[in-house]
Amino acid sequence: MATLTLENVKKSFGKTDVIHGVSVDVQDGEFIVIVGPSGCGKSTLLRMVAGLEAVSSGDIQIGGRRVNDVEPMDRDIAMVFQNYALYPHMSVFDNMAYGLKIAKVPKPEIEERVRQAAKLLQLEPYLTRKPRELSGGQRQRVAMGRAIVRKPAVFLFDEPLSNLDAKLRVQMRLEIKALQRALGVTALYVTHDQVEAMTMADRMIVMNGGVADQIGAPLDVYANPATEFVAGFIGSPPTNFIDGAAVGQSGGHRVGVRPEHMQLVGAGAGRLDGRAAYCEALGAETLVHVKSATGTQITVRQDAGHPIPEEGSEVGMDWDRENEMPFNAEGKRL
Amino acid sequence: MEKRVTFKGIWLPLLLVLPQILITAVFFFYPAGQAIWQSLFIPDPFGLSMQWVGLGNFEYLLSDRYYRASFVTTAIFSILVTLVSMGVALYLAVLADRLIKGSGAYRTLLIWPYAVAPAVAGVLWLFMFNTRVGVVSWYLGQLGYDWNHVLNEGEAMGLVVVASAWGRISYNFLFFLAGLQAIPRSVIEAAAIDGARFWTRFRTIVWPLLSPTTFFLLVVNIIYAFFETFGVIHTITSGGPQQATTILVYKVYSDGFVGQDLGSSAAQSVILLVVVSILTIIQFKYIERRVHY
Repeated sequence: MATLTLENVKKSFGKTDVIHGVSVDVQDGEFIVIVGPSGCGKSTLLRMVAGLEAVSSGDIQIGGRRVNDVEPMDRDIAMVFQNYALYPHMSVFDNMAYGLKIAKVPKPEIEERVRQAAKLLQLEPYLTRKPRELSGGQRQRVAMGRAIVRKPAVFLFDEPLSNLDAKLRVQMRLEIKALQRALGVTALYVTHDQVEAMTMADRMIVMNGGVADQIGAPLDVYANPATEFVAGFIGSPPTNFIDGAAVGQSGGHRVGVRPEHMQLVGAGAGRLDGRAAYCEALGAETLVHVKSATGTQITVRQDAGHPIPEEGSEVGMDWDRENEMPFNAEGKRL
Repeated sequence: MEKRVTFKGIWLPLLLVLPQILITAVFFFYPAGQAIWQSLFIPDPFGLSMQWVGLGNFEYLLSDRYYRASFVTTAIFSILVTLVSMGVALYLAVLADRLIKGSGAYRTLLIWPYAVAPAVAGVLWLFMFNTRVGVVSWYLGQLGYDWNHVLNEGEAMGLVVVASAWGRISYNFLFFLAGLQAIPRSVIEAAAIDGARFWTRFRTIVWPLLSPTTFFLLVVNIIYAFFETFGVIHTITSGGPQQATTILVYKVYSDGFVGQDLGSSAAQSVILLVVVSILTIIQFKYIERRVHY
């Protein structure tokens, strides 16, 4: 268990800058999720912490020790890969014991630690099996087990759930979070799925084009996105963006309003008019997609109790001014 | 699930496999049948008459000191060629696999020797090691080593092994490199994080995962050493000195076409056929089991 500090960490491949300087202080036992679209540099950042990529400039400290030039094996970390990266020719037991065997841990202790991890992950019946004889979720658990038995200071997860089906993903999400809590270990978790980020993170780092747009607790980030990108990326359905001039926002170049903050009113009665293009009734809620008079696509989320407008009918949209999120021309929050 | 194509009649599938069957028949079954038939006779040197001897040719061969020596020679030669060509190829492949920049150029250069025909390769090495005008033997002479593969049996064996292995390194290199690159990078990275340094990783992860490739190359290389090295041996040593490099295939040729003992030559090819069949069966039955997938 340890703190993790990134200090203005940059990465470039040749002349291409991939990460433009990320700084963050991770507390002991904190669960940090790095979230962003593909190609934003989130995996590269994680791989630099792991020591699989060299740091171009800046410092990485684990437990107060600068590890820029330390080999991955000496950083006291464990990593779970997207494709699990299990050793295909070894049994589940050997997969988990591999690191301990190399570290020359005495045999009885290896046995003990692997059994413990297997019990924790409900893998006991499968210890003699090969990875190919396991389901996706079980392989995922073995990868976790391999990380756990080494008792590392920092856990690194590189999109560990993206190869699982939706249902299993939700279940594993909870399990990983519970496990991290139980072990009290510092974790750095990379994902492109904002739901995973929202549900798992103590704090999240929203990456965009190699820049950490915002670092903060999920609900803070949701309520107060620092940039237009963050407002659009975090939250589902995404934030609506409206031309500031169209709604009388003098200062804001563009204005973001979350779908749940909008209400449908009669045509002409709201702050913006449009035509209901189509409606998605999801049971508990309905998503009404409206094409505004200026051609902007807007989504309004309303509870199931509200009447669903006829597709093609004229509607008005209204919202409270305090829920408006104005952004300047550069996409920064005003 | 494997998708199977099914044909309604028998004629179309028959027609489709006919070319392969014809080629196998003309170039394998017919000559193999001839060899088996001829091995039961002793023809006169002019081929005008044949005398039935039953298994006499085989009896004679198996009690022949030179023939048994040729077995040992073949074993030593095949093992050396396989080890040298696979060992060097694996070493180069591991180096090329670690390379990020310019690996294409190295790969191309390393593949070139494969394009050289065995006989030509033999002549190349022969010139380099020629006892009078060879570049390498001259340098060896400068160092005080008197190279003479024409007289020295060990040197002759060494030279044909190196010449045979040389052309083979390219082929093995390609397969080893492909095998190495098929191992997911993340598995290697996981092992690195688990604390395994290069050699440990190689021993415990890379080598086991490479074993299907290694096994395949083992079979292919032994068969190569048995049969396709004829050109190299013929051009460099012609089986000498004192039959030190007469491998079984070369003996078939020299006894049959030089010595005109066609019955014995036929019997030898039959034995060779049996040996290779047994070798292949053993390899697939016992070694393949220890291969990890």
